[in-house]
Order: sequence, then C-alpha cells, then structure tokens
Amino acid sequence: MNLGIIELLGFGSQGWGGPLLKAAGVTLAAASCGFFLGSLLGICGASLKLARAGVLRTIGHFYTTVFRGVPEILVVYLFYFGGSVVLTNAMNSGGFPGFYSLPAFAIGVIAVGVVSGAYQTEAFRSAFLRLDRGQIEAGTACGMSKLLLLRRIIAPQTLRVALPALGNIWQSVLKETSLLSVIGLTELLRQAGTAAGSTRQPLLFYGAAAVMFLIIGRITGLILTRMENHLAKPWRR
Amino acid sequence: MDWPFLLDVFHQLLSGLPLTLQLAALSLSVGFVLAVLVAAAVGSPFPPLRWVARAHVELFRGTPLLVQIFLIYYGLGQITPLRQSFLWPFLREPYWCAILALALNTSAYTAEIIRGAVQAVPAGEVEAARACGMSGFMLRRRIIWPIALRQGLPVYGSEAILMIKATSLASIITLTEVTGIAYKLISSTYRVLEIFVVTGAIYLTLTFLLSSALSLAERRLHAHHKPS
Repeated sequence: MNLGIIELLGFGSQGWGGPLLKAAGVTLAAASCGFFLGSLLGICGASLKLARAGVLRTIGHFYTTVFRGVPEILVVYLFYFGGSVVLTNAMNSGGFPGFYSLPAFAIGVIAVGVVSGAYQTEAFRSAFLRLDRGQIEAGTACGMSKLLLLRRIIAPQTLRVALPALGNIWQSVLKETSLLSVIGLTELLRQAGTAAGSTRQPLLFYGAAAVMFLIIGRITGLILTRMENHLAKPWRR
Repeated sequence: MDWPFLLDVFHQLLSGLPLTLQLAALSLSVGFVLAVLVAAAVGSPFPPLRWVARAHVELFRGTPLLVQIFLIYYGLGQITPLRQSFLWPFLREPYWCAILALALNTSAYTAEIIRGAVQAVPAGEVEAARACGMSGFMLRRRIIWPIALRQGLPVYGSEAILMIKATSLASIITLTEVTGIAYKLISSTYRVLEIFVVTGAIYLTLTFLLSSALSLAERRLHAHHKPS
C-alpha cells in the first residue's frame, strides 16, 4: 500500500498509467463520435429551423428547446434505459427471450450526440443567418444549382463563421463524456474511480483524471484555433 | 396515455424539487460572491494573486463538473488535517460537497462573465466620470457597475440556467433531488419515456421561469433606452 505516486501512476505492474491512458483514448473516441453525430444532427436541425414549412420549424424548435433545457444526465438515462427496453421488446417479439442492452459506448455516443446536436443547431443556424444574402443571389445569377451553391458558397462560409461556437461546444462535449461513467463506460472518470477504489487514493486519481481532461481540452483547443486561422485566411486583410 | 401514472410520477418528483432549488440557489449565491473575489483577484496588481485566480478559472472551466464533485466528495477525506478540523462535519455530507463543487464551478465561469462585462464598459464613460471628479468607489458604484450589470446579465442568465441543470449531478453522490428520484423511478418501473417527459417538463418549467424573470429584469435595466 505504500507505493509512491510515480509507481501508482506509472506503467509498471502496479501502476495505473496504462489503463488511464487507454481510458483517455475511450474518452476522446466517445467525444469525437458524439460530436460528429451532433454535427450531422445540428445540420439537420438547422435546416429544419430555417425551413419554410411551419411544421418543420416547430419540430426543429422543439428539438433544441428540449435537449438544451433538460439535464444531460437525464438524456443519458433516457437512451440507456430506453435503448434496452426497445431492444429487449424487439428481440422478445422476434423469438429471442431474455434481457438485452446496447453497448455503453454506442449509447454514450448517441446521448452526447443528441445533446450537442441541439447546441450545434443553434451554431449552424446563426452562422447561416450571418451569411450575405447577396452572395446567394450572385451564385444563383451565375447559374449555380442548389447543390453547387451549398457546396461552393454556403457550406464553406457557414463553417468558418460557426467554428468558434463549435469549438466551445466541443469543449463541453469532451467534459460531458464524463457522465458516461454512470452507465458503465470505462472512460477516464470511471477508470480513475476504479483505481481510486482499489488503491484508496481518490485525491491522486481523480486529480490525475482532471489533469488529463485539461490536457486533452488544451490540445484539441489548439488544433481548433489553428483550423479557425486556416479557414479565415482568404478573409484576412 | 396513463394519466394516473404520470400524475403519480409528477407528485413523487415534486418532493425532490425543494432540494433542487436549494442546491441551485445556494450554489449560485455562494458562487457569485466567490466570483466577485476571483474577478477582483484577476485584475489585481499583485502577481501571485493574479496567478492563483487565473489557475482557479482554468481548472474549474477545463475539467468536468463530475470530476470536481468526486474530488471533493471522495478526495477531501484523504487529507487528515481536514478530517480533524471543524469543517469535517460539513464536508462529510454529500449535500455540502455538492454545494461546494457547484459553487466553485460556477464561480470560475461567473468570474469570466464579470471580467468581460467590466471590460465592455466604454472607456469614454469612465473618462467622462473621471472628468466630473469621480474616482474609486463612487466611480464604480455610479458608472462601472450599473453599465457592467446591463452587459453581463444576459450571459449570467444562461450560466444560471446551466447551473439549474448541473444540480442534477448531485444525484450521483446520493442526493435525492428531482433527477435522483427520476433515476429511481426509471430503474424500478422501466417506463423510461413517460418519466423522462415529466422530469423534462419540470426542468423546462424551471428554466423558462428563470429566463422570463431575467428578461423582465433586463427590460427594466434598459428602460431608459425605450422610446417614450
């Protein structure tokens, strides 16, 4: 029990360095997949909210209101328990009795994706609204089809304007993945909890998890700032 | 629709509402006081104080709230002098740990909001006030704070809404506030969607009431801008 900090956090037979590093990988993977799913949902949500038909706008509005107003942990529970209820019912009626549940990673990605999608909807929508109307008109006047207009004019500019907001959303997605520890995904926080439990060193291991979250956030933040600068190049004076 | 069940769920969830409100109100007010101190420290001429304040903001904004809650709830007990001090009866309780974690967390975000709001006060207004002979506390009380309040209130409003949602994490350290009760109901009945809808409606009502109150306050603060 009297191991030093170096041994405890190291990569030796009694060190937790390896599992923690692997768990950091899981955190990063869950956050990336969730954020990507959120981007797809965000683009759909923004299209809904900008649609002409009132029904579509209402659906989009409902989506963002609900998933931005309800605690994230509740959304995690919704997909965790809801997913297993749906899957079990489907399997039972298909002739496979028993209890089934989806893997925690998939549920986590869905939950994080749906929540961040609601925030990304707002980011994409406000970026689109800041687009110069004249450019769309000019594109149409040049004879561009809707798809070409989207690809050449709308998408690049919307992305550039939305990127700072998307960067903030990424940071909160990264931190949100810690909630997935409650549904059994072995990400950073849960692995730190296991280590803390078996070594009785909660301060050390939760501290280590906190530091790793800080490092991942910093590095990805730097990458995003670089991307922002890169995309802003054509507009620099 | 199984109305009796929904009503029953609603009644059970309501019993957790006082705790949710307590957690939010206490941590927001303690957090605000801390935030004022941190914001003052960030702007202080004494470098070590500035470093500590910057580290506080970075640390609590850069790590997940759940990690902070666990560090305080499980970690503090490891510090022997603390366990023997008069604070221990408080820090042993999940209730005070949750409030401490939430307050520290919101203080970091709020300190940044305060700093931004004070920086957004137009330099011309401060100059004009100085030209009129105001300085020190009077300058702050009459010019800087009222203008900063107007700038910062909408942003602080969204922080307060985030805090209401964040109180749900207290359920993970055994507190039976609204989300804690919802979790118990879901895991015992497996009627996920119905319970989610009722719980969600409670949180949406809370955030709606808060944002309405804030926009009312905003309108009053901007009353002089209205065309009469």
